[in-house]
Amino acid sequence: MMAESKDWQPKIVAFLCNWCSYAGADLAGISRIQYPTNVRVIRVPCSGRINPFFILASLQHGIDGVLISGCHPGECHYLTGNYSARRKFALLKSLLEYTGLEEGRIQFSWISASEGVKFAKVIAEVTEKIKTLGPAKKLVKNPS
Amino acid sequence: MQELTNMIREVARDLLKQKSVDLIIGFAQGTMPLCSTPCFVRQDDEVDRLIWDSFCENNLAKYLVKRSNKIAIVAKGCDTRAVVELIKENQISRDQIVIIGIPCQGMVDRRLVESALNGKEIQEAEEMNGELIIKGKIFEKVLNRDEFLCLSCKTCTHRNPVIYDILVGDPVTEIDTKPYLDVAKFEALTPEEQGEYFSREFAKCIRCYACRNACPLCYCQECFVDSSKPQWIGKTTNASDTAIFHIMRAFHLAGRCVECGACERACPMGVDIRKLNRKLSKDVKERFDYEAGLSLEQVAPLSTFQPDDSEDFMLHP
Repeated sequence: MMAESKDWQPKIVAFLCNWCSYAGADLAGISRIQYPTNVRVIRVPCSGRINPFFILASLQHGIDGVLISGCHPGECHYLTGNYSARRKFALLKSLLEYTGLEEGRIQFSWISASEGVKFAKVIAEVTEKIKTLGPAKKLVKNPS
Repeated sequence: MQELTNMIREVARDLLKQKSVDLIIGFAQGTMPLCSTPCFVRQDDEVDRLIWDSFCENNLAKYLVKRSNKIAIVAKGCDTRAVVELIKENQISRDQIVIIGIPCQGMVDRRLVESALNGKEIQEAEEMNGELIIKGKIFEKVLNRDEFLCLSCKTCTHRNPVIYDILVGDPVTEIDTKPYLDVAKFEALTPEEQGEYFSREFAKCIRCYACRNACPLCYCQECFVDSSKPQWIGKTTNASDTAIFHIMRAFHLAGRCVECGACERACPMGVDIRKLNRKLSKDVKERFDYEAGLSLEQVAPLSTFQPDDSEDFMLHP
């Protein structure tokens, strides 16, 4: 399979909240910090906005890893969106792994607008993890 | 059982005579043996249709949603838990319903009885002192009812009604089940084994949505499977779509599922639907110390939060 050839690169989707993590990514960019190019950023208003279907649809359409990131607890632009997201995703991650999804395929973190360095570090770490897991096979619709 | 039947009829008759309710939702004798059927009584001369036996498996709370009149409901432990959740979710108001609570001994699973008879046709079934007397054309068999309980009844932790206005019958002792032992066992398997098990289960699914329709807490006006804008998942039995349907169906019940097992009993293909729901119930209990349908005051776990909720699932670089 082509996907498993030596130069396979994972496709990763990052759902970043507009107020912290997206700004964190922006800071990483303007600070010229290098990080892996495997990540595709999707900007969302808040981590609480992220519907579990976004994650499942990503996996279904052949994305190898999903990262979700929002403001640190207590720093949500909408006050409590990230707290709700935290409860929701704790259950979702556990449920998906119960059905056999590999641990690490979906990841969650908090990145603030001032943490450009942390953003680069998280992306590097997630990319590394997904590379060791290999191409996603679970939940993929019409695998090639 | 006959005693309980008589008591239910008496209570129902009084309620209708005093005009304290417009409708009574209970069970009536079904057209087939081992199968009681939901029944709606509006006149006091109809109350003799009401019965109580070991085959009243449906969760009657399903019929409470979107009603404006005053209703009495005959409710087992799990039915009352579903009623509590529906009240909390503003689907029905507490003063609109009269709950006739019935301590439950567990309901008998018709399919288990049928499989014990190797396909012989059952024509009649009677119950007496914890025994089922099954009669067919050329046979008669006596079975111990406790061996044929529904799977959800075997793991049930709340047989007595958690909320009621009138209690019919004496409270029963709760069974001492090892909570979520089955889930813990499955958690210990490797991702490959887990994935294989669920692919096998989901492959049976024909996407009839009987599980959703039977669930007392699935009442959305437009279900995500019917939505076309956006169309979240495909409508065929494609393996990926079916898996996502089951995962999301269970997830929508996170912290709400009262484990009545209605989904699994409704399933014509025998998919192990409760496996996902029980995993969520266990997680909700462990993480948020919440069990669905036990209290009208406790806020639903996904409607609230604690600033110090566990972040053990997150990445901490």
